[in-house]
Amino acid sequence: MGSIVLEKVKKSFGDVTVIPPLDLQIDDGEFVVFVGPSGCGKSTLLRLIAGLEDVSGGTIRIDGRDATEIPPARRGLAMVFQSYALYPHMSVRKNIAFPLRMAKLDQAEIDRRVGAAADILNLTAYLDRRPGQLSGGQRQRVAIGRAIVREPAAFLFDEPLSNLDAALRVGMRLEISELHKRLATTMIYVTHDQVEAMTMADKIVVLQAGVIEQVGSPLELYQRPRNVFVAGFIGSPRMNLIEGAEARKHDAAAIGIRPEHLEISQTEGLWKGTVGVSEHLGSDTFFHVQTNASAQPLTARASGELALGYGSEVYLTPRPEHLHRFDENGLRIA
Amino acid sequence: MATQHSRSAARLMMAPAVILLLGWMLVPLTMTLYFSFKKYLPMRGDSLERGLDWVGFENYSRFLNSSSFWPSVQATLLIVGGVLVITVVLGVLLAILLDQPIWGQGIVRILIIAPFFVMPTVSALVWKNMFMDPVNGMFAHLWRFFGAEPVSWLSDASVQSIIMIVSWQWLPFATLILLTAIQSLDSEQIEAAEMDGASVLSRFFYIVLPHLSRAITIVILIQTIFLLSIFAEIFVTTGGAFGTRTLTYLIFQRVVDSQNIGLGSAGGVYAIILANIVAIFLMRIVGKNLDR
Ligand SMILES: Nc1ncnc2c1ncn2[C@@H]1O[C@H](COP(=O)(O)OP(=O)(O)O)[C@@H](O)[C@H]1O
Ligand SMILES: [Mg+2]
Repeated sequence: MGSIVLEKVKKSFGDVTVIPPLDLQIDDGEFVVFVGPSGCGKSTLLRLIAGLEDVSGGTIRIDGRDATEIPPARRGLAMVFQSYALYPHMSVRKNIAFPLRMAKLDQAEIDRRVGAAADILNLTAYLDRRPGQLSGGQRQRVAIGRAIVREPAAFLFDEPLSNLDAALRVGMRLEISELHKRLATTMIYVTHDQVEAMTMADKIVVLQAGVIEQVGSPLELYQRPRNVFVAGFIGSPRMNLIEGAEARKHDAAAIGIRPEHLEISQTEGLWKGTVGVSEHLGSDTFFHVQTNASAQPLTARASGELALGYGSEVYLTPRPEHLHRFDENGLRIA
Repeated sequence: MATQHSRSAARLMMAPAVILLLGWMLVPLTMTLYFSFKKYLPMRGDSLERGLDWVGFENYSRFLNSSSFWPSVQATLLIVGGVLVITVVLGVLLAILLDQPIWGQGIVRILIIAPFFVMPTVSALVWKNMFMDPVNGMFAHLWRFFGAEPVSWLSDASVQSIIMIVSWQWLPFATLILLTAIQSLDSEQIEAAEMDGASVLSRFFYIVLPHLSRAITIVILIQTIFLLSIFAEIFVTTGGAFGTRTLTYLIFQRVVDSQNIGLGSAGGVYAIILANIVAIFLMRIVGKNLDR
């Protein structure tokens, strides 16, 4: 049971409005990711849901119940902080048991739940250590353990992986997804990294300056971005956006084409250009090609076998079925 | 950097400072030890030129067996302990208060620190004459306002009065150190505890207090060292009467009032031993706390 509904929720700090009135529906069991550039209000929105900040207006419903005025501890939500916020003077066991002790559960039940959580998170061997004696990934797991023992209605994560190195991040990403599948509990996950959003989410909420730009499944956002901002934000490398004469040919203010939807040919094609820097990933190669279609170089994806030297001439052709068209307000045309 | 050459150069350059400090410490210490084994009563005609009589451990046994010795140790521990408890408890509460965003925070903080800059003699006189005077003191007026009989603080509640005066002086120090410690507490930890269902009191006892434990031990250690030797406050107020004669004060009386330098020196050596016992004891606690 963990549906969360925001109705006209608003937040200002003094004169500065960080979140203008906003509506959002999160269904039970969903993995929802809030994604957007730094400072767009993702953390603020999460803290509003958690109850750590008071709303300036609007209503928050958790399981249909008005939770706007309910203090954080009684909303039935658990949060994993970016800094992990572990209690440094307590052992891992005491850290995980803390919410249960506060709820005055009896010792046998506490031991059972801590044992189960440690089992799931591979922490059994570390239960008697202090947080200071653990690696970043283990601390992360302790923070998650402290959240799951409460058996909350929903989990809130605020950029939980941003302090980990790249390899560990990929591993933890999988573990959190796995955990979601196993517990089938609602999770709200905040990140500025669109790769995390795409790989983990059931539903992505793209935010910019406190405004929801689009809500949808990863594939919906990828295939049908509602506006130029979402088109540029989702997908890696970024979508090529072309304005001017080429766009007017398609009755649009701007057209967008993803790197993987540009055909590369050395003999013929729509746009002629010269190859600049190429990035070899092994499986794929990304070529940055300066063409006459736009002032910016276009990025094109090719398989790893294709080798084109710096300065060689190529032709790029967009696949028409994958062309995105945007009007002068940046909104998608049909 | 630490080549053989640079190391010996460093030693050479530090030598003057080290020698000065050693002399500063060792000369008085040696003299105290020397006098403590001598009969030295200047008023009875003893003087360094004529040579002092060696009396062995007589000064030591006299100091220990005098009827004032154990009461003075007791008074010392009572005053030091009382001041420590008051400054730490109130210091923690004040630090929490000052950490809240309040209007005029800067000025309030300066005001809180102010007592620390008042000289002990001055503050003791102010307390004695303005607050504790049984006829004209503020407390006397306050007591009479409520229809109560004014208390003659310095004679009827002398130890408590001294504790109050010294606590007032040292509270700013404790508050200041504890405030900086509280400010270094990660706010996310408090928020996490809040989400974990910890009440305000639980948050204080489980999160804030453990975070402060290191700062509290440091406050206790530093204050103990200074409190063992408080003197002006007693000299100005009770003059050592009414059970306020601490070890320091007793030594002062032996040397200056009784003009018995040998006996006073023996007392000084006892004070050094006592201070070291306390210091070792505290160092172990601090060491345990700092190791984590
Ligand atoms: N307590 C606060 N007081 C004033 N402004 C704040 C406060 N918290 C956040 N903000 C502002 O709100 C905006 C959004 O912050 P935040 O939600 O942390 O962004 P994000 O998590 O998306 O990077 C930022 O411009 C930030 O400066
Ligand atoms: Mg943030």
